[in-house]
Amino acid sequence: MWSTLSSIFPYAIGYTIPLLITALGGLYCERSGVTNLGLEGLMLVGYFACAITIRLLEATMAAHSVMLLTFGLVVGVVAGALFSLLHAFASINLKADQVISGTAINMLAGAITVYLARLISGSGNVRIGMGIIRKNIPLLSKIPIIGPLFFSQTYWTTWVVLVIWALSWLLLYKTSFGLRLRACGEHPSAVASAGVNVHRMRYFGVIMSGALAGLGGAVILITYSGEFHGTVAGLGFLSIAALIFGQWKPLGILGATFFFGSATTIANVSQVIPSLSVVPPVFFKVFPYVATLVALVLFSKKSAAPKASGQPF
Amino acid sequence: MKKTMYRPRSGNAFLVAVSAVILGLIGGAVLMASIGSNPFAGFYYLFRGGLMNIERVGNTLATATTLMLVGLSVAFAFKTGLFNIGASGQMLIGGLCATLVAHKIFLPRPLFLVVLVASALIGGALWGVIPGFLKARFNVHEVVATIMMNWIAYWSIYYFVPAFLKGPSLETESASIALSQSLRAPWLTKLFSGSYINYGFFIAIACVIIIRFVLDKTTLGFGLKAVGSNRWCAEYAGIKVNRNVIISMMIAGGLAGLAGLTFYTGYSRNIQIGVMPAQGFDGIAVALLGASNPLGVLFSSLFFGILQSGKGFMNAMTSIPPEIADSIIAVIIYFTATSVLFQRFWDRIAKNRRSRRPDQSEEA
Repeated sequence: MWSTLSSIFPYAIGYTIPLLITALGGLYCERSGVTNLGLEGLMLVGYFACAITIRLLEATMAAHSVMLLTFGLVVGVVAGALFSLLHAFASINLKADQVISGTAINMLAGAITVYLARLISGSGNVRIGMGIIRKNIPLLSKIPIIGPLFFSQTYWTTWVVLVIWALSWLLLYKTSFGLRLRACGEHPSAVASAGVNVHRMRYFGVIMSGALAGLGGAVILITYSGEFHGTVAGLGFLSIAALIFGQWKPLGILGATFFFGSATTIANVSQVIPSLSVVPPVFFKVFPYVATLVALVLFSKKSAAPKASGQPF
Repeated sequence: MKKTMYRPRSGNAFLVAVSAVILGLIGGAVLMASIGSNPFAGFYYLFRGGLMNIERVGNTLATATTLMLVGLSVAFAFKTGLFNIGASGQMLIGGLCATLVAHKIFLPRPLFLVVLVASALIGGALWGVIPGFLKARFNVHEVVATIMMNWIAYWSIYYFVPAFLKGPSLETESASIALSQSLRAPWLTKLFSGSYINYGFFIAIACVIIIRFVLDKTTLGFGLKAVGSNRWCAEYAGIKVNRNVIISMMIAGGLAGLAGLTFYTGYSRNIQIGVMPAQGFDGIAVALLGASNPLGVLFSSLFFGILQSGKGFMNAMTSIPPEIADSIIAVIIYFTATSVLFQRFWDRIAKNRRSRRPDQSEEA
């Protein structure tokens, strides 16, 4: 049991991290008062931009793989942020239906990334020849119990994402800027009457969601995927589910994404582990979505959703 | 007063749709030009691929069939103020039920077709009624609920099909449905010289007429539209809002289930696992472009049908990737979402014209 747990735990964390950072982006966006259904598409844009950057440069920069991987991540972040401007413009300036705009973002990202990827390879798949190597953290990985679970076989991006998560928590809950941003999602006219530019705050929220979702997509590529193949298979929607399941709170989404990441991992490995193979894998795959529906029903009386989310201002 | 407020929008629905299509085509042209291809050649082959002979026309109609039913589903939910983003999942479940019937149930042809259609209708309606119930009873947002239902359907099929409907060779799709157990009709296939067109096309056209009738001529339709335009007012007038929300999602789900029927037992004759049907999302574009009007849905689905079925030919004749069709559709949906832009533009033109000719302002 213990050996099973310690061997699948690093994988669970690997699946959790892209979900966590994308859901965190969604948190910024929804807290500022803009619903973002386009996370799936924004992840895909980051995934694609990172893949194409690394693919084009890996021949010349093979010696500096860490530098190139970092650069790829940065390109993914920037691409996601730029693409999210489409959603920001539609939902903030034009007061468009944010759900439809988000759907358009998903469709646009799905079509254009594969369109462009076909220029590199006929099939539209972009494979990269490098990735992050899992490492044990010196000293910390020797701690009993915690060491093998949290500090063994880790990607360095995991720590980057966790630092961003912690900083975001500080920014949103411990600064006056964060208070204003959250107020924009609850009662924008009150914030506006206090002299804050609601539109600018919402732009910040949407761009952050694009940047972090882009990072999420890029992390998928350079950690466990290694190939762009035109879809992130619903991870963006799963992040939205995690955002809801986590009740729009940083700690909540950390828990929810880890829960979902574990469920995905268990579903993937359940057939080779005797104690789990009695449960059909479909159970684990469907679990996050059913859990979200149940959570929505349970919290329907006092939903923590930002009150003004989705409403144009 | 109210009439004058409403009129510019409804009068401009057509102009807005045309503007969005033009911008979508321009967006497509820019994408074609950006990879060094000639956009005029690209569009020529794109439309030629959809329309050049009777077989291609048949394929275009078969492609449009699915889009038409999904578009109707989304449009119908829109009328009640609901956004059915779960058409993909409803398609999958409707298609799965129909595929099961096609493989397991053997009856005389006319009776069989009734059972086949009913199974898809019920499967889709069931998948739609759950989010409808959650919305009515617990006020769970239907967008989130239907997205969750999509992925529940996706993963259920991912494991169900290999376990119970496995094909002889491939693990990733169900066994192919025999022609006599599918929606294909020999006389139709012959008429369109071997194309994919099937009975689904007539089902779709019938649905357009029925939905138009239900929305415009029945008490049910009036109640659904009343809930969509102002649920508080509808409640005050004694219309049962919650009941209408559930019925609306049930019918929307049923229509999407029929779309799954036409796609999985008519067009492809098998069900693939690990694929979320893109038609579920293209249908949103169909409904938006058609201004949620059944007739508008009919025409916009034919237009998108041409794009989707012509893209393969275009890809063969030029170096433009087939995803150009999806890109054009996505650009169109983006510009319909931001239609405020050209609504203002057309309103200003209309206003200028009216102020120049004051005597004709009543007709405008």
